[in-house]
Amino acid sequence: MRKILKPYPELCLACKACESACSNLYFKEDSALKSRIRITETASQPLMNVCNQCQACVKVCPTLALTVNSQGVVMVDKNLCINCYMCIAACPTGSMFRHQGGLVPFKCIACGACTKACPADAIRIEQEKEV
Amino acid sequence: MKERKLLAEFSYELKPVQKGYNRRTLYINLTDRQIKAKPVTEMMIDKFVGGKGFDLYLMWQGVKDDTRWNDPENELCISFGPLCGNTSYPGSGKSIVTTISPLTGIPVDCNVGGHFGPYAKFSGWDAIEIQGKSDEEVIVYIDGDKGLVQILSAPDEEINSHILAERLITEFADSPDKHQFVSVVSSGKGAEHVPISCLNFSFWDKRRQVARLKQAGRGGTGMVFRNKQIKALVVKYSGLKGDTNHPVDLETLQKTGLKLHREIEAGDATQCHMREVGTAHLMEIMNDYDLLPIRNFKYGQMDEAVGLASWEFKKLFTQGMPDGCWYGCSLSCCKAVDNFVPRSGPYKGQKVCVDGPEYETAAGCGSNLCIWDPRDVVELNFYCDTYGIDTISFGTSVAFAMECFEYGILNLERTGGIDLSWGNADGAFELIHQMAAGKGFGLIVGKGVRQMKEIFAREYGADPKLLQDIGMEAKGLEYSQYMSKESLAQQGGYTLALKGPQHDEAWLIFMDMVNNHIPTFEDKAEALHYFPMFRTWFGLQGLCKLPWNDIEPANNAETDEPAKVPEHVQNYVDIYTAITGKPLDKHELIRQSERVYNFQKVFCMRMGRGRRVDDLPPYRAVGPVTEEEYLSRQERYDNLLKTKQGIDPEGKSTVEKMKLLREYREGQYQQLVDAVYRRKGWTPEGVPTPEHLQKIGMDLPEVLEVVKRHL
Repeated sequence: MRKILKPYPELCLACKACESACSNLYFKEDSALKSRIRITETASQPLMNVCNQCQACVKVCPTLALTVNSQGVVMVDKNLCINCYMCIAACPTGSMFRHQGGLVPFKCIACGACTKACPADAIRIEQEKEV
Repeated sequence: MKERKLLAEFSYELKPVQKGYNRRTLYINLTDRQIKAKPVTEMMIDKFVGGKGFDLYLMWQGVKDDTRWNDPENELCISFGPLCGNTSYPGSGKSIVTTISPLTGIPVDCNVGGHFGPYAKFSGWDAIEIQGKSDEEVIVYIDGDKGLVQILSAPDEEINSHILAERLITEFADSPDKHQFVSVVSSGKGAEHVPISCLNFSFWDKRRQVARLKQAGRGGTGMVFRNKQIKALVVKYSGLKGDTNHPVDLETLQKTGLKLHREIEAGDATQCHMREVGTAHLMEIMNDYDLLPIRNFKYGQMDEAVGLASWEFKKLFTQGMPDGCWYGCSLSCCKAVDNFVPRSGPYKGQKVCVDGPEYETAAGCGSNLCIWDPRDVVELNFYCDTYGIDTISFGTSVAFAMECFEYGILNLERTGGIDLSWGNADGAFELIHQMAAGKGFGLIVGKGVRQMKEIFAREYGADPKLLQDIGMEAKGLEYSQYMSKESLAQQGGYTLALKGPQHDEAWLIFMDMVNNHIPTFEDKAEALHYFPMFRTWFGLQGLCKLPWNDIEPANNAETDEPAKVPEHVQNYVDIYTAITGKPLDKHELIRQSERVYNFQKVFCMRMGRGRRVDDLPPYRAVGPVTEEEYLSRQERYDNLLKTKQGIDPEGKSTVEKMKLLREYREGQYQQLVDAVYRRKGWTPEGVPTPEHLQKIGMDLPEVLEVVKRHL
């Protein structure tokens, strides 16, 4: 089993409270470009981009800076990371991020902080079977 | 192991790299154990850039006109280049090694991966210059965390790289979880005895928990290393990050790198399959196009070659690993065979990890010898690496010996009982073990093709003309593994290459032979100007050539000059400016190379070579030497006689037709040389003119002084 942040785009209001909660928690600023979940408005329901803990990034990391914790969540060890961004390119869902001026890539670690900010219950911490 | 003695020590101030440069080089003299820092001047940066440019500039000051490879003043230089060590752009971890070669007597340059280069650079040095000769075995240790260089005694019994590198990493790493911060340069037992030797640059593979080895392969660097009594160079550096070069524009560097990562992610599986099989993907392509060297470059295609197709190697290579020889290389071409068990030699029966085989090794130690079992190729690859022997020169030298065996020039008595029949892997194994042991006929083969030609003519009365025709060397260096016979441009690409016939200056066979994009002498000369200059640039910067055109943007074919991969050229311009802050465009990029290229050319002249006569190929590289070679492509050759020479082949014997074809092709080659020299700004004798040197900004007084001796 692995712990994931599961998006429900059909419920999403695109208010982006999740982005604010996330970037405020980890970067101490309100910036969508520093959020580990990304909401994109479209003509129909919003796109919700967030890591599904598939581990594709873990396989390409040359320094073993990406590891899977006991809950099945992929973690970035910033001490081991040498900032090559091969993980960003390898991510099939585009859910590994960087920001201008930063070095270490970042991703959702299913902490659940954003779920508390979401007014529509469109993101939930769930347990999912390994594929 | 006995305890190491500290023989000399030098402390230096640790300073961050600025815009890709440390602005100092490390000088070590092993004779008097002097260690010092030398400043990097603005002139050095402006004219020589870094990498191979710095190496050659330092060597020029260190050697004399008559310095031989084993003279104490010969230098072994290793430099890295301003872009080296960035973790953003794939293929950015190369070291460039130069020395006066025991095979050619002129400077040889090798571009090699592994972690040594970037770690040595980030330890505080733009180049390492080693001169002198130690009176005992030593290790040179650079501690980039503390700012310390030491010369240490080396009582280590082990010489061979796959063991020595691992032991030294274990010894010098702060703890078992920090092996990745140490890298080792070493050679092997073979390099103590034969000039076709190499250096191994290690990188610690965290997944496999082994020291992987990348080779500075060409020209005998290993023999110089061992002759100086160096067992190893060791570097430790623990502070690597994505901005350690302190680039002026980190954002552009990161974005450009990420763009290429994405391109590789999307394109490699349908383009070159580098992540699955590395450069071995070329095996079936070369065979399909009649370009795979078989039987000492006699033939280019054989049904049996399917045994060495990349899918056969894929079965041996462990898949799904980030096999980059430097961090951030998502092309990941350096494949490895895990748990390989050799069936011969001192490591018979032991499980080892083998790097490669790459294409050159698969062709040189496989098809060129008619060895069709990929496991035998892996075994030769393993022993070449660990003994410090160059797989390319080994393959070409053994192929020459096998052809001489076929013709009766060699026999069992002369080889000491080694059967050198085509395809006899056991014979090739025996040769390599003899090279390492310093005994037997292996020592003769290990001298390389040029010396074998002299020995076989002198000792065995062999026809020197035949030996010249089939001995695949020029300038004393063995050819690398492509068939140039049917591509005039590639004949030039090989034989005009400054260090000797290596494909890293120009690979034009498809442009020339397959696609006919460069039909005239002027077209070919332009290609033989542009591509060697463009490719030289990688060696100035500390970059790898492969991410330039072994992955291409999806729309590359629609660009004006697809062979140049314009988008990737622009990437290089962008990351150069992003790191150094210096303006550059694609024209100045070529000019940077042109300065160093012409300097190297004049360096060769200074050492008594670099003449037009040194740019002559053996006829095997140009056309069919033997009747069976002619007959194997009779239709092509007969047609050439008709269409190009206006000669009706009907009624003529094969010997007559071969003679006519040879006259034509040798004439064509000379015309090509005329055109290329003209394009490069050289006289018909191959001497760079003072006017040209002035125009490109390589008119240093010492350079002009050498040139004037030859005008």
